[in-house]
Amino acid sequence: MMPIGHYLFLSLALFLIGCIGVITRRNVIIVLMSIELILNAVNINLVAFSRYFGDVAGQVFALFILADAAAEAAVGLGIILAFFRNRETVLADEMDLLKW
Amino acid sequence: MLDSVIFYFFAGIAVISAALVITRRNAIHSAVFLITTLLATAGIFLQLRAEFLFITQIILYAGGIMILFLFVIMHVWLDVPLPQFRSRTQKWIALLVALAVGLEAGFVLWLARKLPGQGLLIANPAPADKLPPNTEELARSLFGSYLLPFEIASILLLVAMVGAVIMAKKRTEA
Repeated sequence: MMPIGHYLFLSLALFLIGCIGVITRRNVIIVLMSIELILNAVNINLVAFSRYFGDVAGQVFALFILADAAAEAAVGLGIILAFFRNRETVLADEMDLLKW
Repeated sequence: MLDSVIFYFFAGIAVISAALVITRRNAIHSAVFLITTLLATAGIFLQLRAEFLFITQIILYAGGIMILFLFVIMHVWLDVPLPQFRSRTQKWIALLVALAVGLEAGFVLWLARKLPGQGLLIANPAPADKLPPNTEELARSLFGSYLLPFEIASILLLVAMVGAVIMAKKRTEA
């Protein structure tokens, strides 16, 4: 069995890639996908600690995060659809209705 | 030995396709690479003996959520080629911030390495019989001590479903 650090560094790498995606991409759909990447990285952490402490609670919380990711994707994509219907764009820097 | 081969195989696939997710121009390609990342993560869950999460990840994430993403991508398809990234300065700022966070977290992990036996880098996992590789244990915990969070999560899903329908439906009057 491998030391838990490997899993933590994998999770860290995925988390950072997700963060870079959130900051740099213009397409809001890809920003949402990057958020899914971040949630996934968190899940790896939870499951790894669940395995190494022999406690099933980590997997329970990973399951809750899965449900949360589903809810977030549904609402986020609904917002994107509504916005696209109004403004004909999915680019983050053209969403400037609240800017003056 | 076999453990580390499996781990590096899945971890490599996960990281490479995650990098491709945020660099492809075409949103469909990004979605497909995100599916690859999620499947590789499912493999890592299986290695960590989380069978239920493994199958949930494949069915719910790769099968359900990503189909939703693909539908929306096809719905809001834009033919005109667009500059997909924000300004160059923002890219550098993003890399800088990510590097800073990564260095910080890596440094913390490196420090925690020295705590014997109780640090973050636990060398040896719990004995295998303490966490039996089955779904029963998870269900017993989920419907036992975590029953209230479970119900709250179901209400959250209901609210999200109603919200998504209201957001996405076409306004008929006015």
